[in-house]
Amino acid sequence: MNKFETELKAGNFVTSECSHCKKIVWPPSDYCDYCFKEVNWRKVSENGTIVELSRKENDVFCITEFENKIRVMGKLDAEIHMAKPGQTVKLTKCLFNDKNGFFFSLENKQ
Amino acid sequence: MKKVAVVGYGNTKFTKDELPIESLLLESTKQVFDTTKNLSQDLIDGVIVSTNDNSKYLGAILSELSGIKPKISHTVEHLCSSGSSAVISGFSYIASGLADTVLVTGADKIGNPGQILEWDKSRGEYDHPIYWASMFTKAHKRQFSTTDEELAIVSAKNHKQAMDNPNAYSHKPYTISEIMNSKNVTEDLRILDCSYSCSGSSSILLTSEENVKRFTDEPIWISGIGQKTNSASFTKNELTTLSSTVTAANNAYKMAKITPQEIDTAEIHDAFSVCELMAVEDLSLTEKNTGAMYVRNLFNTEDRKINPRGGLIGAGHPLGATGIAQIVEITQQLQNKAKNRQVSNAKRGLTHNMSAAATSSTVLVLES
Repeated sequence: MNKFETELKAGNFVTSECSHCKKIVWPPSDYCDYCFKEVNWRKVSENGTIVELSRKENDVFCITEFENKIRVMGKLDAEIHMAKPGQTVKLTKCLFNDKNGFFFSLENKQ
Repeated sequence: MKKVAVVGYGNTKFTKDELPIESLLLESTKQVFDTTKNLSQDLIDGVIVSTNDNSKYLGAILSELSGIKPKISHTVEHLCSSGSSAVISGFSYIASGLADTVLVTGADKIGNPGQILEWDKSRGEYDHPIYWASMFTKAHKRQFSTTDEELAIVSAKNHKQAMDNPNAYSHKPYTISEIMNSKNVTEDLRILDCSYSCSGSSSILLTSEENVKRFTDEPIWISGIGQKTNSASFTKNELTTLSSTVTAANNAYKMAKITPQEIDTAEIHDAFSVCELMAVEDLSLTEKNTGAMYVRNLFNTEDRKINPRGGLIGAGHPLGATGIAQIVEITQQLQNKAKNRQVSNAKRGLTHNMSAAATSSTVLVLES
């Protein structure tokens, strides 16, 4: 497992960030995709914004954006009619078994 | 740069059968030899295989099984657009003078591993293509008020057109109502809005201008090539525009010195219904936000201009073969040999092949 997956398995959603130019390097990588300097690892903000969402049976899934850069797909704990793009969500859980898992809840229910 | 033409081709039927990858590759290659005049093994100095299969050394294996000892032989993998990527490699070898005549053969088996891109961590557990397709579809509905009926028309048209394609995976027509009422895969996708991975193989023979007459009196020239990769991660995509397609198409039109309005027929990467609505706009075949109306008009007038062989939804999607099968279709159209699928007076055609939720796109322009 790489650093990203190890942290995810421990319940931490982390990103790589360039040690030199301070850009977020996403998807996670060992080197900056702009200046190729080494990266540091840090936790991603818990608060994100829904980009788009849909539903499979009772499972609502969405793309959520964090820090205006990091986008992941995950499961939203809400009825689909309660959520829409632009709405703020909170990362409630992340995990890594065979695959990454991200779980969100609505921050301000509408 | 030397001119390059398609001078031969072969296709297997696209099926659910679990056939060995080597057998599939050889089957469409055999058809090239069976149907191309004056072709012998010693005239082929390049063999390129496109596939997502895990088997090793398939370029050399196909060469040996076919009795060819080429100068250049290798495999190309680029997920769903492996086929058109392999054709670009073959084109480049000939255009540069490194090879004279190149066989490009693509194949995949129904259970091929190219359907899931495990590397893309941004997809989380939602790594099956139905999830990105649902995001595209929902965003398209939201921005353009696209309806389930408009999506179903794409599938109805392409299933209908596949009826006249003897190699197609599907030979069953569906009404718009049947498609709209087919099983919900997700809230935004019906099962009949989806293309299917299947087993199949397609081949083309490419050669330089000075060799064309040896093989055919009806060469089809590859006059434009555009390819663009924006990322590998799906979530970096815009959701209502295939931006890699826009760039690839503009580059292909520029190289061919034509406008989109000069395209008479096109094979488009309709992995899901929404992809065709997006692609006809992003290839500039119609204006933005008119894709649904454009496709509805084709369907109502029985105009086969888009996806005459049935596209991926009707013909099936053996990943490594698809881009090549698209070129075979356009070649037949421009040679006026497409039988019941023939688009009248087709002189210029286009193929559009994408990978991994349009993170990359390839567009080729072909001319008679």
